[in-house]
Amino acid sequence: MFRTSRKAGSRKAGRRSPLASVSLIALGLMLSGGAYALVSSSTAVADTASTATQATVEEGEKLFQANCATCHGLDLQGSDAGPTLIGAGEASVDFQVGTGRMPLQANGAQAPEKPVQFTEEQISALAQYVGSVAPGPAIPEDQYLDAEGDASRGAELFRVNCAMCHNVAGAGGALTEGKYAPALTGVTPTHIYEAMVTGPQNMPVFNDANLTPEDKRDIITALKFQENAVSVGGHPLGSLGPVAEGLFLWIAGMGIIVALTVWITARSN
Amino acid sequence: MAQDGQSTELTASGDHDEVETLSPGTAVVSSDAVRDPGLPPHRLRVTDTDPKKAKRAERVVYTLFYLSLAGSLFAVAAYMAFPIIPEDLLSVRLNNMFIGVGITLALLGIGIGAVHWGKALMHDHEAIDLRHPVRGTDETRARAVEIIQEANEESGFGRRSLIRNTLIGALVAFPLPAVVLFRGLAPEGEDPVELLENTAWEAGTRLARDPDGTPIRASDVTIGSVFHVIPEGLAEMEHMLEEKAKAIVLLMRLKPEDLNEEESKKDWSYNGIVAYSKVCTHVGCPVALYEQQTHHLLCPCHQSQFDVANHAAVIFGPAARPLPQLPIAVDDEGYLVAQSDFKEPVGPSFWERH
Repeated sequence: MFRTSRKAGSRKAGRRSPLASVSLIALGLMLSGGAYALVSSSTAVADTASTATQATVEEGEKLFQANCATCHGLDLQGSDAGPTLIGAGEASVDFQVGTGRMPLQANGAQAPEKPVQFTEEQISALAQYVGSVAPGPAIPEDQYLDAEGDASRGAELFRVNCAMCHNVAGAGGALTEGKYAPALTGVTPTHIYEAMVTGPQNMPVFNDANLTPEDKRDIITALKFQENAVSVGGHPLGSLGPVAEGLFLWIAGMGIIVALTVWITARSN
Repeated sequence: MAQDGQSTELTASGDHDEVETLSPGTAVVSSDAVRDPGLPPHRLRVTDTDPKKAKRAERVVYTLFYLSLAGSLFAVAAYMAFPIIPEDLLSVRLNNMFIGVGITLALLGIGIGAVHWGKALMHDHEAIDLRHPVRGTDETRARAVEIIQEANEESGFGRRSLIRNTLIGALVAFPLPAVVLFRGLAPEGEDPVELLENTAWEAGTRLARDPDGTPIRASDVTIGSVFHVIPEGLAEMEHMLEEKAKAIVLLMRLKPEDLNEEESKKDWSYNGIVAYSKVCTHVGCPVALYEQQTHHLLCPCHQSQFDVANHAAVIFGPAARPLPQLPIAVDDEGYLVAQSDFKEPVGPSFWERH
């Protein structure tokens, strides 16, 4: 496509002034470049939306400056209020903004999950901007997010690496000084993967040398299996273990026994 | 007090009793002592006075028994209608639930029906059973002593001292096997103190991932990472689980400037990578709740907290000592290795720990 336009330019150059040929070549180059940019941006959107394009990066930069730069700095260098995002990577932005944790609502022990503030395109633009400044963990590929891996292996890896904080059933748990490991039910495979690879907030990083992408896929498989499996023993009471179960038994079980005792010993009217 | 329960005992409450129970030396006789209110008058139930209510109670009772009957049959039917199908977890749940509902109905129907019957329909006499004093009469007591003496005489328990003493000896010896069996739970032929003080880590043992046992390169451990570590070759060890229980390690990488190390232990870490025993020094739970920003390690059992940036010092909770640090280095191929075993025993205190 661009070759023909360039040839057309050079053929005409013979009959006209050299200046005209130069300007025509310039015009042709611009057109072909523009067409290329158009084609490539449309394929990027169609394919994985992971290839950074100048337009989206610029849009992301604007969004960043309007919404994030107060704490993270105009050049992602960070400030007293927020960490640097140089090298944070697209995965980190997609997780933090995509789960509503960022922009931060208020200072506190931990940024809570809340309604997402941006559209998917905006999140993608932000991620591409942050990713374009310095390389970091990328948004995971779909092949690791299908939850079709080995659930029993994933469950073993989960018990070794994750269960101490997130609870063996992924129901979450308390950490120190008001921090907590959130529940993993209802979290998309992409966000689970991104959390492992980036280590948001106080969660440690589980890079690909520690848990390979295949390991991560198995862990996601195990979590999704557990989430979708029926609870054989009836209502799981939040899968919180002895605390919830004990509380239920003390209140409901003992309450019923006390009520029955009162009824049996009361005089009939 | 009379030796036998007398009905007069109960009615003889009032001023007479009150004065008698005063201790000598009490100057003022209190006039508002709590009086025995006596028994309330007998009150007839609605089922005693209203035949319609009685009929209704009767209906309730037999309906409950019918319900119980239905529950039992339902449980049998549910057993057949909702069989447990292998590999189908939902079938297990349905099976348990419906059989449970049936049996619950069966038992509660009988129980509640019987109680309601007794309360609402059975004759409602009020009667007083007087409480007897616990002490028996003098004759009873004398007779009891007599019986014991007689038994002693006839069996010869006091006289045949050899029989008595061997019996006592046999009873004392009886729990001994239990003591020996309990001792047998500890490793045999080895000094338990020695075993508690040493772990599977040796100079040059590579640090490996739990559970698959692949060795870890120093370059794999990026900042903020945490690895759950076992010694390489653990799977081939004879007492794998015992060794694992002592040798588990948590490997973390901090920014070197965040790490505040003791002068003598400066070469125990590598580029901000530190390895600490995962066994809590309180009662031995695995301490693995690591917060990568605060560098705090939390033990989930009793909330002991250790500051990894500050040589795992205890900052909260019941643990008495910092977690022991495993000195690490890097071998020629770039893998992390232990410099030696832990320099102090891991886990909770024991008597001979120095």
